[in-house]
Amino acid sequence: MASEEETKTSSPVFDAEAASCLMKELRGTFIAGKTKSFEWRSSQLKSLLKMVEDSDKQICDALFSDLSKPEMEAYIHEIAMIKSSCKLALKKLKDWMKAEKAKTNLGSFPSSAEIVPEPLGVVLVISAWNYPLLLSVDPVIGAIAAGNAVVLKPSELAPAMSSLLAKLFGKYLDNSAIKVIEGAVPETTALLEQKWDKIFYTGNGRVGRIVMAAAAKNLTPVVLELGGKSPVLVDSNIDLAVTARRIVSGKWGCNNGQACVAPDYIITTKKYAPVLIDSLKHNLVKFFGEDPLNSPDLSRLGHSNHFARLKNLLDDDKLAGKIIHGGQSDKSNLKIAPTIVLDAPEDSLIMNEEIFGPLLPIVTVEKIEDGIEFINSRPKPLAAYVFTNTKPLKEEFVSKISAGGVVINDVTLHLMVDTLPFGGIGDSGMGAYHGKFSFDAFSHKKAVLYRGFFGDAPARYPPYTPGKLRLLKALLDGSLFGIIRALFGFS
Amino acid sequence: MEAYVEGELKELRDVFNSGKTKESSWRRSQLQGILTLFKERENDILKALNQDLGKHHVEAYRDEIGTVVKSAKYALGNLKKWMSSKKAKLTLNSFPGSAKLVPEPLGVVLIISSWNFPFGLSFEPIIGAIAAGNAVILKPSELAPTCSSVLANTINDYLDTSAIKVVEGGSNVGEILLRHKFDKIFFTGGPRVGEIIMTAAAKFLTPVTLELGGKCPAVVDYISSSWDKKIAMKRIIWGKFGACGGQACIAIDYILTSKKFTPILVEMLQKYIKKSFGDNPMESHSITRIINKKHFSRLKGLLDEPGVKSSIVYGGKSNEECLFIEPTILVDPPLDSAIMTEEIFGPLLPIITLERIEDSVEFIRARPKPLAVYGFTNNESLQKKMISETSSGSITFNDAIIQYVADTLPFGGVGGSGYGRYHGKYSFENFSHEKAVTKRGYLIDFGFRYPPWNNKKLQLLTSGLRYDYITLVFIKLGLKSKA
Repeated sequence: MASEEETKTSSPVFDAEAASCLMKELRGTFIAGKTKSFEWRSSQLKSLLKMVEDSDKQICDALFSDLSKPEMEAYIHEIAMIKSSCKLALKKLKDWMKAEKAKTNLGSFPSSAEIVPEPLGVVLVISAWNYPLLLSVDPVIGAIAAGNAVVLKPSELAPAMSSLLAKLFGKYLDNSAIKVIEGAVPETTALLEQKWDKIFYTGNGRVGRIVMAAAAKNLTPVVLELGGKSPVLVDSNIDLAVTARRIVSGKWGCNNGQACVAPDYIITTKKYAPVLIDSLKHNLVKFFGEDPLNSPDLSRLGHSNHFARLKNLLDDDKLAGKIIHGGQSDKSNLKIAPTIVLDAPEDSLIMNEEIFGPLLPIVTVEKIEDGIEFINSRPKPLAAYVFTNTKPLKEEFVSKISAGGVVINDVTLHLMVDTLPFGGIGDSGMGAYHGKFSFDAFSHKKAVLYRGFFGDAPARYPPYTPGKLRLLKALLDGSLFGIIRALFGFS
Repeated sequence: MEAYVEGELKELRDVFNSGKTKESSWRRSQLQGILTLFKERENDILKALNQDLGKHHVEAYRDEIGTVVKSAKYALGNLKKWMSSKKAKLTLNSFPGSAKLVPEPLGVVLIISSWNFPFGLSFEPIIGAIAAGNAVILKPSELAPTCSSVLANTINDYLDTSAIKVVEGGSNVGEILLRHKFDKIFFTGGPRVGEIIMTAAAKFLTPVTLELGGKCPAVVDYISSSWDKKIAMKRIIWGKFGACGGQACIAIDYILTSKKFTPILVEMLQKYIKKSFGDNPMESHSITRIINKKHFSRLKGLLDEPGVKSSIVYGGKSNEECLFIEPTILVDPPLDSAIMTEEIFGPLLPIITLERIEDSVEFIRARPKPLAVYGFTNNESLQKKMISETSSGSITFNDAIIQYVADTLPFGGVGGSGYGRYHGKYSFENFSHEKAVTKRGYLIDFGFRYPPWNNKKLQLLTSGLRYDYITLVFIKLGLKSKA
């Protein structure tokens, strides 16, 4: 008797067949040319903007449900950024879509050339759970602006936002070209088996490798926005009050450390450490009060696995006696208090994996310059920060540290600047986006060369003679004088 | 071999970490070294190309020496500009401050080149890698062994071998290399190996450029002017047979033309083939021969397919011992035959006839994206249609292959023809990381950035993000509240 009811309530599984049908539909839409027109792209971006404006309360509720994200963080870090990104794309779309003239050289004279942006086709965006609105919609903005059909797979670890996105996209956007597929590993695997024209993934290195290996089967280019241990080098020649504020807000005021560009650990001199620590503690209390576990301005941890992983980092034997602030946790509410750890051993867990949470190790060195070597001996991070007023140290940091982005005297801010490409290098990822870089990430820049029949260098063609060789040498050399000499038979 | 490769890679890594390759003076010296190499060893290079491919020395100069010399000079001339930082605008929220993009080398890069243009396709990426300040390891194709050996010797003699190395060998060497972490892999070749490389790169999250190929179509419109016809024929013939005997990623693979123009086209092609290569092309040494027996058999196999053989209207003769196949024209072989579904990479030219020339756009669209599309037409609306309705690495009108020498045009594929691009400044960018560097001052610090949160702070932040300075000032002055 039960079986009938069971089959009625079970939802269809998104399997390989479903993925194949999905791809067929989207490819049909793309080939028909619908997504290429300026009007379509502009209308979708406008609808996206309206969607976010109309639904801000629901978005905040979903973010609160998934992450206990404070309303202000939800607005500033997710809603406002998406709105600004949409508006920029709408404003600049015509410009971005224009062909760019290119100069031509003597070798191909006479000719004219341009570079024409065109959409890649049908693209897949896989997003993450920590900024589930931002990291889903921002790449989709780029994909739409560039004229593609797009599938978004939001993270199942932020289920309220995933289902809200599915609902809102269904209501506001053109479903024949833009779709949301919800799900976890099986659904993602089914999607990854299809032949996409680009895959844009935000998440961790382990899954990043899986995505790239799957993409390799179809020679699909990828953007991987990963993470890493973003270091903060703190000199003594600084404005301490501002520095401490910026570090505290960058670490704990951004999803409680759960951000790819959150300061992961600090390096400072043994001498300066106590001063810095004092100021950090002072600001922690100022921002989150004496009982941070109950502060409404602190996000909770994303999910229970995440809580367990961070608790494990804290419970590491090697950290005994090193926790100098915080360390409290509340398992039922998935909260861990802002915690500072001083001089954790180099082989401890906390010093070897991306923390992605409210634990802040401080590493002390003899001379501040040693910090640069410390950072360089480790994998390249997504961001690297330095606080100093000493010009040579600033310059050395910029020239010696390789990271996705570098910020001097602040943290995380570069994320908000849409004129800067945002992306990683080495283990922190490949490719970039934001602003025009988003449009570029989802476009192919096609070279177009126009030649006339008028001017023609017979030197190119067989049968080959020494005279032709002389002329060719001169042509490729770009030297007018050489060409004249060759034409007159001099070598 | 494994230990040898590991030793070489370790040295490259140490040298890169020492900072030597980042110096502008080092980069210049290496680019100069390339110019000297090509000047002094031109004969060795020409001999090697003749040995491995039967390439005529004028063709070899044109396609592999002249182009590399041009690119090296271009890089030298633009190096300072490419190496300099570029300023970027900042929003009000990060005021006062400044931002710039700083190009930096990726580190130790692997370049795998192919056999058809062994010098050109090795040195063009090397130029980019060096200009961008990287340490480089090159694995040339073993299918052109003399060239591979000359590459190894000349690079040893003229360049800094602590930072630029060559490892010779076949797929076993390739496999050993791929077990190691590189900061970039640049591959020129076919899609099957491209997939192997990208899969291996995924283990290390190594970014990859794949320069593959495809079936590059040439749409040939009805040309009435006899001058235009003459030029078009020469260019088509050159585009098909004149660059490595059709064994080039951007060679014309097949032609699309109207039924009306076909007889004229076939007649003129035959005439100009004879003019260019003589009555006995095997004797003229003007066409590069087929690289090896495997490819020779493959190409013969394409012709032997039933339905294909009967569509041959010119040529078709071959000589296995000399690895020579004469320029061959076919008209309307079956569309599902191998010659029409696989990249030909040889001197066989199918012509597909259509009712209307505009149908060629649909034909091209229905097939995988090639590295290049060619259109021999002055009809502007056909040109526009081709540009907007087909997708390819590049599109060239009224010529073929020549886009390869244009330093200001990005050269690379899309879809099945690959991804990533190079030539000119794109080579430099291919091997660089554009690092975003943001500087902030301490002087002004907006309190509304920090928790604890309230509505007023939200307003200030959103105004700042919108570059809405006036509202920002008003709110600060208490003259405006929640909008």
